[in-house]
Amino acid sequence: MGLLLLLISFIDPQGFSALRTIGAEAVAPISKSLSEIGGATGSAGDEIAAYFNAASKNAAMQRKLEQYRTEILEARALKQENERLKGLLKLDEEEPDSIAMARLISSTASSARRLATLGVGSNSGLEAGQPVRSPEGLVGRILETGPTTARVLLVSDGKNVTPVQRASDSLPAFATGRGDGTVDIQPINIGSNPFKTGDLMITSGSGGLYSPGIPVAVVIRKTESGAIGRVLANPAKVSHAIVQPIFQAETVRQIEKDSIEDVEQESGE
Amino acid sequence: MPRSRQSRIGRQPSQLRIKLIPPLTVVIGSMITALPIITDYPILPPMGLLVILAWRLIRPGYWAVWAGFPLGLIDDIFSGQPLGSAAFLWSLVFILLETLDRKAVRRDYWQDWLIASTAIIFVLIGGMLIVDFRSNVLRFDLLVPQILLSVLLYPFVARLIGAIDNWRVAA
Repeated sequence: MGLLLLLISFIDPQGFSALRTIGAEAVAPISKSLSEIGGATGSAGDEIAAYFNAASKNAAMQRKLEQYRTEILEARALKQENERLKGLLKLDEEEPDSIAMARLISSTASSARRLATLGVGSNSGLEAGQPVRSPEGLVGRILETGPTTARVLLVSDGKNVTPVQRASDSLPAFATGRGDGTVDIQPINIGSNPFKTGDLMITSGSGGLYSPGIPVAVVIRKTESGAIGRVLANPAKVSHAIVQPIFQAETVRQIEKDSIEDVEQESGE
Repeated sequence: MPRSRQSRIGRQPSQLRIKLIPPLTVVIGSMITALPIITDYPILPPMGLLVILAWRLIRPGYWAVWAGFPLGLIDDIFSGQPLGSAAFLWSLVFILLETLDRKAVRRDYWQDWLIASTAIIFVLIGGMLIVDFRSNVLRFDLLVPQILLSVLLYPFVARLIGAIDNWRVAA
């Protein structure tokens, strides 16, 4: 019987979302009031995990520190390059309007799924698919919404694939979550593995869900076929998340408008 | 002799309390995900599972074999796992425990802990594989902190449940 339900939830993953939403809505008041206090608990998981591998982490951190020094230099160079290119293109910093800004109030910390609950829902105009970001980078996207809560599929969830590109040369790739705060980055071009440690991956905008240019991850390790990247927006430390409209929705609307105008022009002539 | 004050001997606690407390505590355990602990790592012990295992091992007679199903379903609603995953895994654990109960004559504390630990590891790994079999099959190291924490936490949960159980049946 349980297996049957499981099968159903595989075939129709959205079918039970109403039930889950009710669950999230029911406990939202607890989560919300607790998260007001809970700045301190935000990184509790991290701290416990750190305790378990403190020694190896210390050694790793020493190595990382060296690595980050060079990364900072690289980042400075990139920033300069970016400014230069922007100057060339005469691009203004253009951020799409945000729909809502809210706290992440809880997460599925006991499950292998990486979902978080956001403190706003469809009452504030949220819809499934909308990207969620923080100042640090991409957090995830809205999976399902209730009236005052919304489930966010985090970038690091194993079922979340984000189209990304390398910031330096817009090399396209896909970032798939690994369930532990890292992503598996696979380049679209098979056969070459051009990544190196410290590469910054940003959203490419392909697929139309995320607007391009949101930082996603930094490459920490090369693998045989791609690279492992650490997600920049650690949901445990994100104080406020910003929900943005679906990137493509605007494009689609624009295209529709254009075609209507075309038709009107043609009929006018 | 008229009962001037109520004797504590022979008084029955309300049936509601006897019947309702165990499932209620399991549901509250499942709701642990409502705490504002946000991680990008599965670290929080599955409290619903720990509580139901403690109850099951303390009071084998109380539980029907199918009890894992409805309570697992409620756990799924809060845990974010695909609906039916805990319902399935908890049912499986209950069936296994039932067969174990038929075979074994008596158990001691250490055996209980061993059984609970095995069940926890089974459910956590099972849950991970249900989420994504293909990419998770070689990545069990991810679960090690959570499994360790759950296994170490189990005796405390069992203590707590024992105390609640005493209060439940006490008049």
